[in-house]
Amino acid sequence: MNNSLIIGQYVPGNSIVHRLDPRTKITIIFFFVFIVFFANNLPSYAILVAFAFASMFASKVPIRFILKGLTPVWFLIIFTFLLHLFVTKEGTLVFDLWIFKFYSGGVIRGIAIAIRFFLLILVTSLLTLTTTPIEITDAIEDMLGPLKKIKFPVHELALMMSISLRFIPTLMQETDKISRAQASRGVDFRTGPIKDRIKAVIPLLVPLFVSAFKRAEELAMAMEARGYQGGEGRSKLRELKIEKMDIFVYIIFIVVIILLFVTRTYG
Amino acid sequence: MDITFENVSYTYQRNTPFEHKALEDLSFHIKSGSFVAIVGHTGSGKSTLISHLNGLSIPTDGKVKVGKYLLTHDEKPGDLKELRSKVGVVFQYPEHQLFEETIEKDIGFGPENFGVSESEIKERTHEALSAVGLSETLLDRSPFDLSGGQMRRVAIAGVLAIKPDILVLDEPTAGLDPRGQKEIMDMFYRLHQEQSLTTVLVTHSMEDALKYADHVIILNKGKKYLEGTPEDVFVQKDALKQVQLDVPEIVQFIASFNHKFNTSIPFSNQSTEQLAKQIKQALIGDELE
Ligand SMILES: Nc1ncnc2c1ncn2[C@@H]1O[C@H](COP(=O)(O)OP(=O)(O)OP(=O)(O)O)[C@@H](O)[C@H]1O
Ligand SMILES: [Mg+2]
Repeated sequence: MNNSLIIGQYVPGNSIVHRLDPRTKITIIFFFVFIVFFANNLPSYAILVAFAFASMFASKVPIRFILKGLTPVWFLIIFTFLLHLFVTKEGTLVFDLWIFKFYSGGVIRGIAIAIRFFLLILVTSLLTLTTTPIEITDAIEDMLGPLKKIKFPVHELALMMSISLRFIPTLMQETDKISRAQASRGVDFRTGPIKDRIKAVIPLLVPLFVSAFKRAEELAMAMEARGYQGGEGRSKLRELKIEKMDIFVYIIFIVVIILLFVTRTYG
Repeated sequence: MDITFENVSYTYQRNTPFEHKALEDLSFHIKSGSFVAIVGHTGSGKSTLISHLNGLSIPTDGKVKVGKYLLTHDEKPGDLKELRSKVGVVFQYPEHQLFEETIEKDIGFGPENFGVSESEIKERTHEALSAVGLSETLLDRSPFDLSGGQMRRVAIAGVLAIKPDILVLDEPTAGLDPRGQKEIMDMFYRLHQEQSLTTVLVTHSMEDALKYADHVIILNKGKKYLEGTPEDVFVQKDALKQVQLDVPEIVQFIASFNHKFNTSIPFSNQSTEQLAKQIKQALIGDELE
């Protein structure tokens, strides 16, 4: 199984971040994504970085694991940095060698953009690392609740989402199992001309679809057998509840926002 | 082909919070031509172990030797495909790997990948089909129109058509009806003897291990717990109970019988007929013979 990509993977735990109400986490991340774009000088970036790192430490997810999991994204971060470095022609010339002419403005902007990028990805992956897919779905259903008034199918949407999320690991396992079985029958997924490798996907995809359809059918039958009739009048096993800690975290976050707007430069 | 494990360890998802040590310091030797049963509680690492036999998994530590192929963390044979053409694996629920339009094509899929000639594939397909007890009239049908048990047989035929030297079976009869289970196990045993294969069987059934294997390896939490001939291993009732395994019925029967009647009939992997004779002897002596 691919174990380098961690986005979307839940790491069980019992830290403060794990226990926060999922709505709190989603709300904070939503606003964090906005305010990241308001930082424009050293102190304001420092505040955001401090907040993100504090959340990361509080989550108790091994830091090495988080950083390693971001490997596929590092490439993007470095790429944006280099792009700004080469393209921006502001400030003083700080480096000049052959075709490489770097300006101080480019260096600063490159670093700033890379930090923004990194913060966004770090914070959003913290959400999925510390929140089960079910919690996220419950939170979204709850937060979109008002839309029910205009007959928007909030419950159905949430159900679809939670079923898909639920089956991602299952399908990955299934893919792993089938590819092992076909590899044992001499299929080579890794080497050979591209045409052969594309052909090698068929023995993988057909069984995967067959089993996905079978699963869908069984799930539908099981839901019906247990009397599922849609969202109307359905009660919940896990009630979402805002606790003292959530309020505490909101207050911290508001302080962060205020500090950010105080420290950033205007004009 | 001989199989040797030397201090093999295997860790899933290394360096993550999900890290899981599935095999630990495992060493054993399987002689060419033997029939080995690998038994253990669920999650004890049986499937992980056998995935090393054809290079699907490479040991995190230690050495695996299969015939002339050596698999270690640092070097694996350049030609895994060649190894895979010699080690046929029937996975748990092998019917999940079927995909071709017709049964004939699906059975021929393995041999084709390994570069077997067209005419030879045809021959092997027919041979494999009759070995698993399916009729030739099915050849043009889609594998997805079959019953679960028939699909299983087609999938098994697809592995047999590869004509491996080592046959690896991961609970090949799980979920079949009792009669089908026996037919398929008897078929594997016949092939094992006729083609002098080396067979590695993963099973939960003590009865099957006793009936077919000449060597048994018991796994517990990724470590080797017991190893030996069925006669030696299956009499260790307490040791087996410790790892949530039962002794075969016949062993249990002999133990209770000896206890109730104060006799001392030994267990020597005898047939029920022989056992009946021994009981008679123990109860009324030899006079009547
Ligand atoms: N892809 C994987 N990633 C992480 N852990 C795994 C993976 N596959 C198996 N494991 C773990 O390794 C251990 C051994 O698994 P394995 O499949 O070898 O057990 P098994 O003895 O075959 O069990 P069963 O009798 O249920 O088939 C289990 O604890 C399992 O949770
Ligand atoms: Mg298994």
